[in-house]
Amino acid sequence: MNTRVLEIRKGILNKNDEIARTLRKTLQTAGVFTINLVSSPGTGKTFFLERTLRTLREQGIATAALVGDLATDNDARRLAEAGVPVKQINTNGRCHLEAQMITDHLADWDIAKLDYLFIENVGNLVCPSSYDLGEDLRVVLLSVTEGEDKPLKYPTIFNSADIAIITKMDIAEPCEFNLETASANIRAVRPGMQILPTSAKSGAGIDEWLACLAHCRLAHRVSA
Amino acid sequence: MHELSLVYSIVETVEQYAKEAHAKQVNSVKVRLGALSGVSKDALLFSYDIGAAGTILSGSTLEIEECPVAIFCLPCGQLRVLPGIQKFSCPECDTPSGDVRQGRELDIVSIEMEID
Ligand SMILES: Nc1nc2c(ncn2[C@@H]2O[C@H](COP(=O)(O)OP(=O)(O)O)[C@@H](O)[C@H]2O)c(=O)[nH]1
Ligand SMILES: [Mg+2]
Ligand SMILES: [Zn+2]
Repeated sequence: MNTRVLEIRKGILNKNDEIARTLRKTLQTAGVFTINLVSSPGTGKTFFLERTLRTLREQGIATAALVGDLATDNDARRLAEAGVPVKQINTNGRCHLEAQMITDHLADWDIAKLDYLFIENVGNLVCPSSYDLGEDLRVVLLSVTEGEDKPLKYPTIFNSADIAIITKMDIAEPCEFNLETASANIRAVRPGMQILPTSAKSGAGIDEWLACLAHCRLAHRVSA
Repeated sequence: MHELSLVYSIVETVEQYAKEAHAKQVNSVKVRLGALSGVSKDALLFSYDIGAAGTILSGSTLEIEECPVAIFCLPCGQLRVLPGIQKFSCPECDTPSGDVRQGRELDIVSIEMEID
């Protein structure tokens, strides 16, 4: 017997990364712009997404949503009320979505008809950061009830995102939420990140968000 | 925590290489973990024995090389290593930089094994 050291240098998430790469190509070829929404549980992803889907539908823009959940299909039922195709991805206790789950759940949809595909990730600020889902845009949400220092406690996920949405701005005042402090903390861990304060309840900031989405989609097409 | 599923994926990759090399045993596996990898070193170590049990990796050690974040600072014109991940600004001139050049690593670097 002899001892041998084999240098390999291979990504531990190589398999997911490869699936995500293929998926991204498939979606882009079909002309779909894909958005991965990440946040803590309760930040308001489902509520925000419901409003987004509803508004886009009124504008005649074709969307669909996949929603990851640990066990129930409550979120999918809520989102389906927006009148667009929605599918639940039950992760059976797993704390994040993986690219293969997205691929599997898209199999019987005609994605060529879609303008946007939204993915609501499992409510978790740690695990989803490592998993590429083939998205074009990663959006991190932070609610006014969570405290301004969340970005400093979970820098990895904030750093991995492209845009930050502040949710529940309608209750910012009673929560004594300081938007400047929160923004400074977000930009400390992700310099230059675009931050959009919104309330899916009152509708504040939703137009700006949709304009930002349209802009990102266009910029992406030009660069692709 | 997704560290156990990461261990399974390490095991799967290492098993493949070990088989190709006709290894009898794996002594150690070295991985590199960036400060922005989103993975906890302790949890990974904790999960390793569970994931390795019953495979050719059983009894092997996991060596973790931690890797800090390095950003490129434009005014300084060079890479700067950050002391933490709470502030993405140059430690010398305080200019913010989102140009992350190092620190997202989540890689298997090498495998030490016994071969006939
Ligand atoms: N006041 C207020 N409450 C909100 C808003 N968005 C969500 N919520 C509430 O926050 C709770 C969690 O929302 P949900 O969308 O389920 O969060 P998720 O876990 O991130 O999907 C629910 O009780 C919502 O009604 C908002 O804009 N304003
Ligand atoms: Mg939800
Ligand atoms: Zn500098």
